[in-house]
Amino acid sequence: MSGENLGRRAWIVWRRNLDVFLKTWRVNLLMPAIEPVLYLLAFGLGVGAYISDIDGVPYIRFIAPALVAISVMNASFFECTYGSYVRMYYQKTFDAIVATPVSIDEVIAGEILWGATRSLISASLMLLVLVLFGVVALPSSLLLIPFAFAAGLLFASIGMCFTSIIPNIEAINYPSFLFITPMLLFSGTFFPLDVLPGVLQTFVLAVLPLAHVVNVCRALTLMSGWELMVLGLAWIAVVTPPVFAIALRLMRRRLVV
Amino acid sequence: MPPIGNLNYSGEHHFLMQERTAICARGLTKRFGGFEAVGAIDFDVAEGEAFGFLGPNGAGKTTTMRMIQCASPRSGGDLRVFGLDPATSPREIKALLGIVPQENNLDTDLTGRENLVSYARYFDIPKARAEDRVEDLLGFMQVREKADVVIESLSGGMRRRLILARALVNDPRILILDEPTTGLDPQARHQIWDRLRTLQAEGRTIVLTSHYMEEAERLCDRLVIMDGGRILARGAPADLVRSRIGRYVIETEQTDAVRACLDRHGIGYEEGGESLHVPVDDPAPVSKTLLDECGAIRLSTRPATLEDVFLSFTGRRLRE
Repeated sequence: MSGENLGRRAWIVWRRNLDVFLKTWRVNLLMPAIEPVLYLLAFGLGVGAYISDIDGVPYIRFIAPALVAISVMNASFFECTYGSYVRMYYQKTFDAIVATPVSIDEVIAGEILWGATRSLISASLMLLVLVLFGVVALPSSLLLIPFAFAAGLLFASIGMCFTSIIPNIEAINYPSFLFITPMLLFSGTFFPLDVLPGVLQTFVLAVLPLAHVVNVCRALTLMSGWELMVLGLAWIAVVTPPVFAIALRLMRRRLVV
Repeated sequence: MPPIGNLNYSGEHHFLMQERTAICARGLTKRFGGFEAVGAIDFDVAEGEAFGFLGPNGAGKTTTMRMIQCASPRSGGDLRVFGLDPATSPREIKALLGIVPQENNLDTDLTGRENLVSYARYFDIPKARAEDRVEDLLGFMQVREKADVVIESLSGGMRRRLILARALVNDPRILILDEPTTGLDPQARHQIWDRLRTLQAEGRTIVLTSHYMEEAERLCDRLVIMDGGRILARGAPADLVRSRIGRYVIETEQTDAVRACLDRHGIGYEEGGESLHVPVDDPAPVSKTLLDECGAIRLSTRPATLEDVFLSFTGRRLRE
């Protein structure tokens, strides 16, 4: 199977998800636009009132890139867990598609591309709000949009790995509470990583993808911390291809029987 | 009704007449762990015929369909669809097939029309041609009025017709239907049968599974009866009835006296649900024996059916 073909047909699967998304675009776009406003008000004005600054950066500017990173993670991870699981198990959409010349690998690749697209959409809307609040640097922050797609591929692939092994939809709660929630709190999102003990810092940078996504986002919105950004981009570039390959392999094992 | 196939298809008709093999299976086997769902079956489906797989639940019919449609890799034996091997040419094979699965899997996020249009994309059918074809198919399956409503609000028969329309978007040479009319009311069932006959008349090969004897008897040129992953009988429905049962079945009362009497006269019978079934070619002498010598009072004679054949091969034990 040629890579070019895998790509082309995967985008046809992606297109199906885009069509469905656009049917209810208003509510789909409203959520990611409102969420950052709530966070900015609660954390920036509420919590931020007690914190003067972090390493010379106002608190609201410190958390703004983390909000983007979190939305990138949530959009693709939950699209490729809840969303994909519903399509696979309840709606039998995958079965219907693989009865055509499209292969299961292409279906899964299309789902992951779509998950990454959800990240891109969420990050773009959130960026718009952050620009209106004046808490991110321009034009470097515009690079968050393509970066959201790349980081989305990683979280979508991770989500798809879980989708391929869970026995029922409730089981998505395990990765959600044991992986996503701790990562959301301890990846240098709401407080800097260097307040953590050294061992823990190393652990976070070694295994938590969100930490690297936060570092890249923060470098782009604050115009500083470039060495962490390089580390983050390298980490994501190294980890994403094997996780993507594992997701395809596990899904094949689940669905081709 | 305009033909649904593209027209150069009928131009090849002289070529199709020489009975090409559409599907060929030899020793086809499927194992799930230690369980053998399909055990070394052989069958040939000729191009243009309607071929049925009959069997109780768990017979291995659906597994066989899934192997043909390249959804499930075989564990052993050989399988060819128009000479192509599902293990190495799934894309080419799937482009020639139209699949009606047992479980409705219409995309509930889309309307009926959107379902067909998005399905056409998976076959690389150009947009304009796909839209024309979808329009034709909605008409052919009589679902056009409901083509733009959400799938949830459609009746079972309507959904089934949409699935059949979807299976036709790529103008398939083989239609594979897994229990096409299960759960439908008689009107909807007859309508599906009518459409299937039209599609067969256009030269398409039809492969279906069923546990409705009437459906198999009406639609299938030839069929196999499966149970426990094996083929127990094969042939044209009428031939199977004639050779296994005979022309008629006499149903009479299920008493020990009647059983003993039939045994004494060397007349074979089967235990029916509420009566004894005595298969016969000529009902007169056996009826007379039953009335005069066996003390049977209730007696009715009817033509033998495929259901008699089916039950005689697969027994009356309940499945699942």
